[in-house]
Amino acid sequence: MSTTQPLFQHHKHCDEIFADAEAACANGDWVAGATAFADFAGQLETHFKSEEEVLFPAFESATGMVSGPTEVMRGEHRQMRELLAQMKQALDERDGDGFGGTAETLLIMMQQHNMKEENILYPMCDNALGASDVGATIAQRLAGA
Amino acid sequence: MHPNLSFEQAPPISVPYRFFLAAPWFGVLAGVLLAWAGGDALGSRWTPEALALTHLIAAGFMLQAMSGAMFQFIPVAVGGNVWRSLLVANVVQPLLLLGALLLVAGFLFSAPVLLRAAVPALLLGVGIVVTAVLFALWRTPATGMTLWTMRIAVAGLAVTVLLGSLLAEALARGLPLPLIELTNIHLAWGLGGWALMLVAAVSYFVVPMFQLTHPYPLWFARGFGPALLLAVTAWSVLWFVGDAPYARGVGLPLALLCAGFAAMTLWLQFTRRRKVDDATSLNFRVAMLALFAFGVSVAAIVAFPELADDPRATVWLGMLAFPGVFVSTISGMMYKIAPFLNWLHLQRLGAPISAVPNMKKMISADAMTAQFRLHVLALLLLLASVWLPSLVRAAGIMFAGSCVWLGWNLISAVNSYRRFRDQIRANVLRC
Ligand SMILES: [Fe+2]
Ligand SMILES: [Fe+2]
Repeated sequence: MSTTQPLFQHHKHCDEIFADAEAACANGDWVAGATAFADFAGQLETHFKSEEEVLFPAFESATGMVSGPTEVMRGEHRQMRELLAQMKQALDERDGDGFGGTAETLLIMMQQHNMKEENILYPMCDNALGASDVGATIAQRLAGA
Repeated sequence: MHPNLSFEQAPPISVPYRFFLAAPWFGVLAGVLLAWAGGDALGSRWTPEALALTHLIAAGFMLQAMSGAMFQFIPVAVGGNVWRSLLVANVVQPLLLLGALLLVAGFLFSAPVLLRAAVPALLLGVGIVVTAVLFALWRTPATGMTLWTMRIAVAGLAVTVLLGSLLAEALARGLPLPLIELTNIHLAWGLGGWALMLVAAVSYFVVPMFQLTHPYPLWFARGFGPALLLAVTAWSVLWFVGDAPYARGVGLPLALLCAGFAAMTLWLQFTRRRKVDDATSLNFRVAMLALFAFGVSVAAIVAFPELADDPRATVWLGMLAFPGVFVSTISGMMYKIAPFLNWLHLQRLGAPISAVPNMKKMISADAMTAQFRLHVLALLLLLASVWLPSLVRAAGIMFAGSCVWLGWNLISAVNSYRRFRDQIRANVLRC
């Protein structure tokens, strides 16, 4: 298993619970929507933290690239956290249009972000961190969430 | 050198928008032409009206929209950077607009001088786009099948336009060239080597992304583009050496590839995780149904060649391909790209994300779905009118109306962008 394999799989898991939350809120089922959204937001936060606290620092110290791609990814995490906060607010206000529109925005943002990681950054990390135990640490974190 | 992962190299918003805003109005012209010409226009693929209609959609609607999409898509999807995209767009778009209109007028009025005038404009315009885009596609550090399939598609565009220019010159000057064979080759490169190839490249990227489907299986994404290229090449070679029966035989693998791509995409949509439908997913579904019907129809014509004795059989194929597959796909794509472009550029203005209106505030969802319904109605009428000439005028009016609405929805997206931009700027200044 490569270093970033757990993160790669976790992207798919986040997609699935995103779809559940979106569908429930689109159907006006706010109770189920709130549960699914809380799950989604929690999983995504765990994912971001695993990257920011484990993967990125390991990559940066192994390669010396401090202000490169990892910095761009951190910036996008920040944007996605703001969108999550907006979704939470719309959910609390039972604002279906607001929730759906922000969900749509977050989805595209998140998909592009994931694709950049999966196609470019993760392969770079696998190269740089092949022999380390970073992958195991990440897998533990994601499993514990 | 490490790849730049930010969107900072995405072109100014006016670059893709100018192409998206122009595209639908070629569809409007096509609808008006059909309504004006009436029943005889669709008698065969060789009537002046049919040739003009085909090129209004192909060299007008499709070329505009697909050029704009490439400028936007290449930086975002494959990390390439189109050199001086604003300058390139400033030069290229007038050439493409002029070339398309001259070409269409040349066909419609059977005017050799207009056909010959169209050639340099299109050659130059497309030549610049192809060079700029291929350069960007070659320098990117990214890999993957979207990238490779796009490279093939852009080369396919070059071949299409070179063959088209040759045909236009031959037609205008009465050169002794095998026009029918060359047209068949030109058509296969335009529809298969360029347009469907580009749709495939973009679909590998956007279908999983917008609808949370599974990715296209790796064997499929690796095999489809090269197989399509191979089939189009075999078709061209056989027509070129004048072996019509074998060339028609290659129609079968081509039909299978079309139907296979459609079936795969429909299957991915059917098993997707995201349950919410919108104008983009609906347009894609219609496009793939039309592509499947196109494949089945081509296979039927290969199996029963007597079907092709009726010249309307080819018109039927054209109706499935142009308004059915490509106008639908492009409409769906523009309905997703425009709102995202707005959001992307607005959030760069420096306001907190919470102050940036979400994607659904850019074009009214109801207006998009209603326009989609009208498009489907127009498409059904167009398909029926191939066999029932009395319906041609109604189909033309309906299609023109649908394209006006599409154009209007895109204008409203630009208006939303301007309004929100001014609001955000005013707020940023106040803070
Ligand atoms: Fe990330
Ligand atoms: Fe990630």
